Order: sequence, then structure tokens, then C-alpha cells
Amino acid sequence: MLTPQAVQKLFETLRQLSDEGCSILYISHKLDEVRDLCQSATVLRNGQVTGETDPRKATSAELARMMVGSDLPEMMVESSELSNAPILSVSNLTLEAESVTGRSLKSISLEAYGGEIVGIAGVSGNGQGELAAAISGERITNAAEDVVLEGRPIGHLDAGKRRDLGLGFVPEERLGRGAVPPYELSENALLTAHRKGMVKHGMANRKKAREFASHVIDKYKVKANGPEAKAHGLSGGNLQKFIVGREIELDPRALLISQPTWGVDVGAAAHVRQTLIDISRSGQAVIVISEELEELFESCDRIYVICHGKLSQSLNRAETDVEDVGLLMTGIGSQTNDSGSTTEGFDYAV
Amino acid sequence: MDLFVSIFTATIIAATPLIFAALGELIVEKSGVLNLGIEGMMLIGAAFGVWAHFAGLPMFVAVVIAVLAGMASSLLFGVLALTFMTNQYAAGLALAIFGAGVSAFIGRGFGSTPVEAIQPIDIPGLSNIPVIGEMFFHYDPLVYFSFVMFGAVSWFLYRTKAGLTLRAIGESPDSAHAIGFHVIRIRYLAVMFGGGMAGLGGAYLSLVYTPLWVENMTAGRGWIALALVVFAAWRPKRVVLGAWLFGGMTILQLQGQAMGLAIPSEVLSSLPYLATIIVLVLISQNRQAMALDFPVSLAQPFRPKG
Amino acid sequence: MILAQQQRALTMLFKIEARAEPSRQMALAAPLIATGLTIVISSIFFLTLGLNPFLTLYTFFVEPLTTKNGLSEWLLKASPLILIACGLSIGFRANVWNIGAEGQLIMGAITATGVGLFLPFQESGLLLPLMAVAGVIGGMAWAAIPAFLRDRMNTNEILVTLMLTYIAALILSWLVHGPWRDPEGFNFPQTALLPNQGMFGVFDYAYRLNTSIFITVVVVVLTWVFTERSFLGYKMSVGGAAPSAARFAGFSSSASIWIGLLASGAAAGLAGMMEVAGPLGQLSPQISPGYGFAAIIVAFIGRLNAIGIVLGGLLLSLLYLGGETVQLSLGLPSSIALIFQGMLLFFLLASNFLINFRFRKIAMRAH
Repeated sequence: MLTPQAVQKLFETLRQLSDEGCSILYISHKLDEVRDLCQSATVLRNGQVTGETDPRKATSAELARMMVGSDLPEMMVESSELSNAPILSVSNLTLEAESVTGRSLKSISLEAYGGEIVGIAGVSGNGQGELAAAISGERITNAAEDVVLEGRPIGHLDAGKRRDLGLGFVPEERLGRGAVPPYELSENALLTAHRKGMVKHGMANRKKAREFASHVIDKYKVKANGPEAKAHGLSGGNLQKFIVGREIELDPRALLISQPTWGVDVGAAAHVRQTLIDISRSGQAVIVISEELEELFESCDRIYVICHGKLSQSLNRAETDVEDVGLLMTGIGSQTNDSGSTTEGFDYAV
Repeated sequence: MDLFVSIFTATIIAATPLIFAALGELIVEKSGVLNLGIEGMMLIGAAFGVWAHFAGLPMFVAVVIAVLAGMASSLLFGVLALTFMTNQYAAGLALAIFGAGVSAFIGRGFGSTPVEAIQPIDIPGLSNIPVIGEMFFHYDPLVYFSFVMFGAVSWFLYRTKAGLTLRAIGESPDSAHAIGFHVIRIRYLAVMFGGGMAGLGGAYLSLVYTPLWVENMTAGRGWIALALVVFAAWRPKRVVLGAWLFGGMTILQLQGQAMGLAIPSEVLSSLPYLATIIVLVLISQNRQAMALDFPVSLAQPFRPKG
Repeated sequence: MILAQQQRALTMLFKIEARAEPSRQMALAAPLIATGLTIVISSIFFLTLGLNPFLTLYTFFVEPLTTKNGLSEWLLKASPLILIACGLSIGFRANVWNIGAEGQLIMGAITATGVGLFLPFQESGLLLPLMAVAGVIGGMAWAAIPAFLRDRMNTNEILVTLMLTYIAALILSWLVHGPWRDPEGFNFPQTALLPNQGMFGVFDYAYRLNTSIFITVVVVVLTWVFTERSFLGYKMSVGGAAPSAARFAGFSSSASIWIGLLASGAAAGLAGMMEVAGPLGQLSPQISPGYGFAAIIVAFIGRLNAIGIVLGGLLLSLLYLGGETVQLSLGLPSSIALIFQGMLLFFLLASNFLINFRFRKIAMRAH
């Protein structure tokens, strides 16, 4: 993952190489990049060539149609009423890294209101993983008050108890974290949806788990051979739709979702994004951690930027642009805070 | 003073089979493979060494045969764990059990017949120095060889490109594969090295240390070698330190028994095992240090994609 | 030229391919394939030793089961193996590697014998149940040490359980050579015999099989329910199959460690109690022919499934018996049984590969 500025730098180098006579095969699902860089494009879908075109002359929509096989649905973003108080808030969260390669979090504060989607941008490895773990409960924070859900301190609770209180989480790794690879989808339903009455007298009710899995498969258009399909047999996009669906069906008050469209095909990505917009508009708070600025700008109401384990002030989407956020991602951006004075966003001595 | 010198030299000797086996396992684990079968491979080495000795072969050849036998037995594990992607814990345990059986079968008939042990060699000039000569320059060739192997393993791991490749494979086999390294092939080589070293450690027991064949004569040294690798936090230097520590424990408890301390011999015999546990507990407290050289892909089966 | 072409046309490679879904047929066929291979290889082995492979295999696998005594011994030896393997499977599913069931068995035998010999209930019908409880507690207590060290001290349980096995064997040796030695036992290193109330009843005085086998049956059923149906069993399995998913779901890893070790310790301790209160009747330095280690094999042969474990236990018990039979009637060394066990285990483990993978022929394109 590169910042927009770094991408431009890379493209310059690639153009220089191609000028020197080197042929370059560039594989990407980022349509803008392909249109910017390439002289000809071959589109693949399900292992078959579905089109060849000159991307400089084609529109993103045309390329997307070749990739998906149909027109992408328009994103529906309605404005919405925000809740009076934040549903989820993190205040002054500081957390030591667990390993030498990890990143420590330094006094992070953020708020997410019901009815909005909040984005967290950043180059990977700047503390996103640690922040997600601290919010979701995979890691317990130092003080209970570090993370507050609907006025209730939850920093001391594990992921299961936080989920009981209405905090949903979709991690970036689907296989092995969001789902158990060799298990059937019905067994993976049990992973978090067991709280929907699937356990009685300590025994797991497999029938209910199967019904729940079938429901998610239908409602979220998951392509799978029924609830008995193994998780590792599904494509990345379909497993992501299943996990997102499973977490949303638990009716969370706040949903944290990390890298929602990593390795997900364009069609499934659009579906996931629309789902997130829909649940935020129904009054839930949604936090999206992503490296894809395009994605954040498409669906988020506000954006924070994380860099070196520190979080920036929040930026309203309408008042910022890719350039600004990109600079903040590198740690050299400056930003205007509430008082209007210019402050340095980050220390970059790290 | 004499007592000190004899405890010192006995410790060095008792540590030698542990150094061989643990250095071998260190390389195996650095490649991301966990072979629990050291005990079995040591037994096989010990039995084949004795068998070759009584077949009239020269000592040097007997040691080589023990190494080859250890390697061959490690291949059984390799096929299971690397080619067939069996759970490595199960495959290693199978080898431990299988090794006990095979060694008992090979060694039957040689039971308790003394072996003419490999003799210490004097290093001209140096071994005549009082005390120092006795302490440092009057050992059998395999003791010196264990130090050569320590140097070789350290050098290989941290000073050669092949060592870097091996460590990379243990850290991230997928990336190593993507760069074009043959993960499975290199892991096979590592496993075979581990088997050869375990066989050598076994041969040291049956041809030098004891020196005779007794069923299950390793008495848990294979497992202690495994513990040493954890104790050493996957660093060669601490493997040797650990081996001396446990060698020392073994010798001290033998001394205690010989001196007729008023403690049941069982209490003294349990000291090395107890010490292993205590040291493991202490060492495991520093999670960050433990994680530093830990091969991340340890015991996870690998299959090249595509 | 033509030859080269033919060669090229014939060049075939086998490609290993993951199956989308595990094969149900292979799940059944794999153990049969493994047994078949073991028989073939061992026949060759017997031939090289100058033995008649048919006679040897018959003596190994069939002869022990032709007598009532053989059947009794078969079940008698299978029972502790199955019992311990059931306990181990609970931990193994959660990646909790208790390799020291042998030590827990010894401790269970020690505590049970202590109760049987030295508690004032010698004539009471309560003695046997008390001994069983003591055996369970002894095994659990010995397993609680690695559980505590792994949970609180981050210490590898494989190594600790193993080291504790050696220590348990030394404690046993000390007891039977020292304080617990039978004063009327002609200085043999063994305790006095347990009182009658402290022994399981036999079905027939001619044979050693006793009523403790019902305990194993109950444990098998409980294990099956726990691993296949209970939510706790599910949570532990998730911890083994995908630790990050367990953390994601909020399933406690320390609960898995404690339950995994205590369950296997309890089973092993109970098995130790069943040995002393059954065929042995007293403590001696050698109370187990390696049941604790062999049970690990049984658990893996049975694919950590209660029903599979029953079959695996019966198979391994037969190997023990067969080993004894060939020793008695053909004069073969007892190590043959060990080799046989190891070989079968290797093939069984390798054959499981066929359940999740398949070989596919790829013919190279001829030019």
C-alpha cells in the first residue's frame, strides 16, 4: 500500500522504464491507475478474458462492466440524522506494541455517532491492526474508560462481551480470524452468532446455525454451496459478504470493519459498501479502517488519518481531498484544528 | 581442586550429546519445522553405532553410520510432515516411538556388552599444562567436533546467504516461495541435518559416554535437547550454555549419589528434569525476547500455492 | 528421434491437488490403505528375518483373538488406551499438547493406591469410588502444573508435561523402594496388595477383564458429546483450528488450556487407578507398559474423534497382544511390536493426506 504521492512517484518510474523499452505487465483492480498508466488492458473475469481495450479511451464504468459483467450499482448516500451522543468513543488510548514489529498507539481519541460512517485512513503498519484489536476487544486496553460504547466503559472486556453489548467487528483477515477455514459456514455462523439462541444447556444447536447461515447466504448474496460449504472453499469476496452479513445480523449498535474490500472483486466490494451505508443510515455507527482512499471518500462522512500510532483530528469529507489525506498519511501533512491555528499533525522523528 | 576439574570435564562430556542434538534441532526449527522425534533419532543413532562397532568396523565408520541412520530416520518424519503435511506434533511423536522400537530391535543382542570407547586425545604441548591441560585439552575428538559444529552452525545461520534463506523460510515460507526458493526441499535438508546431528548425539552416548547399548539409554536427553532450543530462544550460543547447565546438573546429581548424601537417589535423579522446568519458566517470562528469534511459521504445514 | 518423441509423450507428472471438500470415501478407505501397506511392508520385513510372513501375521493379528483369555486381555489393554486418548483428544483439538499422560497415569495410580492402602475405609463399599476420585485428582493435579505454567507463565506444556513424567516415575520408584514398600514383601520393590473392597470385580475368575471397562464406555460417550455437540467443545476446537478466530470471537484461551490439560490429566489418572485396582492390585516400579505414550498414537489414529479412538485403541491393544504372542510362540523380540506400532502410525498419518488432497495425473503435452 502506497500513499497517493508515492503512487505518482512509482508511475513516473514505470513510465521511464517503459520509455527505455521495457515492457511492463501491470496487474491491478484499481481502474484509475490502469487508465492513468496503461496503453492497453485485458480484463479477466472468472478465469476468462472478458474484454480488451485501450484504457486511456475507456471510462471506469466501462472497465468495471467488463470486470463485473453488469453495471455497477450507483452508491446511494443519503444524508442522515446523527445521534445526540457518540455511540462509540475512544479517548486518549495508549497501548504498547505486543511485539517488536508492532506499533504502539499514542493517545488516540475518536468518536463515531449513530447515522454516520467514520473512516480511518493510513498506510498499513501505522497502528491500524493494534487500534482494531483494542476497539474490538481482541486486546484488553489499560483502562476500561479507554473505549466507551453507548456510555459504558468496555475497555476491560473481551471481544465476546463487547459483542454482547452491541459492538460488531469484521477483521481484515477473513480466513483464520473472521472465519475458521476448514469449518462449514454453519459452524462459522456459530462463531459469533451463537448468541442468537443457538446454545441451549451448553449444547450447540446445529439446526439453528444452519438456518442462520442459509439466511445470511440468501440475504447477502453469498455464492456458496449452501451452509455446508467450507469457509476456505469460498472466494475472498463471498466469504467477506458472509462475515459482514453475519456480523450485521447480530444488530450491532456500532460496527468496526477493517479493510472491507481487500482482495474482494469489484461487484462484491460495491455490495459491501452499500450495505455499510445502509446500516449507518438506519442509525448505527460504522467505523471503516481502510488503505483505499477512494473507498473512504466514496462512503465516509468523516475521515481520521492514522500515522506512527497517532490519530489526526477528524476531517469532514466535504472539506478535504485526497491530497490532504495523503500528506497526513505520510506524517508530513499539517492540518487546521478547531481553533484555526496550524499545528503539526505528527512527529516524524520515528 | 581435583574434584572441581573432574566435575568440569565430566560436565563438558555430559553436555556433548545435548549440544549435537540441540544444534541439529535448532536448524530444523529455524526452517519452520518442529521435529519432536529427537529422542527416537538419538536412540537409532546409538543403536546403529553400537551395531557397526560390533560388526568390526572402525570407530570412525561406526560414528558415520550412526549419523546416516539418524538422517534416514529423520526422512521418515520429513516425508510425513513435509510431503504429506501431517500434523508435525503427531509425526514427531511417531518417530520418537518408532525410534525406540527400531533401536531396541537393532541393539538386541548387544545389550550391556561394554564398548571400547573412543579415547581422549592429547593435544601436543597444551594438554601437559597442569590443570588447564586436563580441563581443556584432554577430550575425545567428538567433544572438539561439537565445538566445531557450534561454530559452523552460528556461522551458517548468521554469516551465509544460505543461512539467511533458511531463516527466511522459517519466518515466512510464502514469501520465500514467491522469491523462488524451494521451501520444501530446503526444509528436507534441514530435517536431515537435524537427524544426522541427533544420530551423532546418540552415537556419543553409546560409543563414548556410557559406553554400551542399553534400551532407552537416552533417558529423555532427546526431549531435553528440544527444551534447550526453547531455552536458547533459538540462538546457537545459548544452546551451548544450556547444554553445559544441564550437563552440570547431571554430573552434580551423580556426584551427590556417589558421595552418599542422605537424600533419596530419586530426588537427586529428578534434579535435571526439575531444573529444565524451572529454567523454562524463567526464560519464558520475557515474551519479547522469546519472540525475537522465534521462527514464526514453526510447525505450520506449507504447501506451495499454484 | 521417435524414441525421444515417445518419451516426451509419455512423460507424466503427478500433481498434488487440494480437494474442495474432504473426501468421505477416503476418510473410510485411508485406514484400510494404511493397514494394507503395513501388512505388505512388514511381510517383507519378516521375510528378511527368515520368517513365514503369513504365519507371523496370523500369530500377530488373529491368534490372540482366538481364545477367551485373548479377548479378555484385548479389551483389558484397550480400555486404558481408549480412556486416556479420549482425554488427550479434548486438549489436542485445542492445540494443548499434553505429552505427559504417562506421568499423570502414574500419579493417579499413586494417589489411588494411597487411599486404598492407608485410608480407614478398608472394608467399606465406598473405598473403590474414593480411590477413583483420588486417581482423578492425582492425575489432574499433575496436569495442573503445566496448565498453570502455560497459562500464567507462558511455558511450553509439551516440555513440562514430559519432564513431569520422568519425575512421576522417580516418585513412584521412591515410594515402592522406600516408605510404601510392603514389609512382608520379601524386600521386593512393591506395595502391599490392595484390599478386596479396593478392587474392581472381574467377570470371570479365569480372566482378568474387570468392570472398570464400563467407566471407559461412559467416558467415550461423554467425550463424543463434549467434542461433537457441546458449545464448550466447539469453542475449544476453534482455538485449535484458528487461534486468531477464537480471539476474534472472544473465546478464552486460558479456559482451553485448563480444560484441555485437566480433562486429559483426569482421564490418565483414572486409567492409572483402574490399572492398580484391576490387573495389578498393587504398585510396583513398572505399572504401565507405556499406555500414556501409546494413547497419543491412539488419539491421532482416531483423528481425535471418540469413535475413531475406540477403533484405534482396539487396534493398538491388538498390536501389544500380538507382540506378546509372537514373542511367546515364535521367539521374536518384543521390539517388533514397537516397530509395528510405529510403522502403522506412519502409514495411518500419511494416508490421512488422501482425505484432503488427491493426486492428479498431468500428461505433458506431446510436441
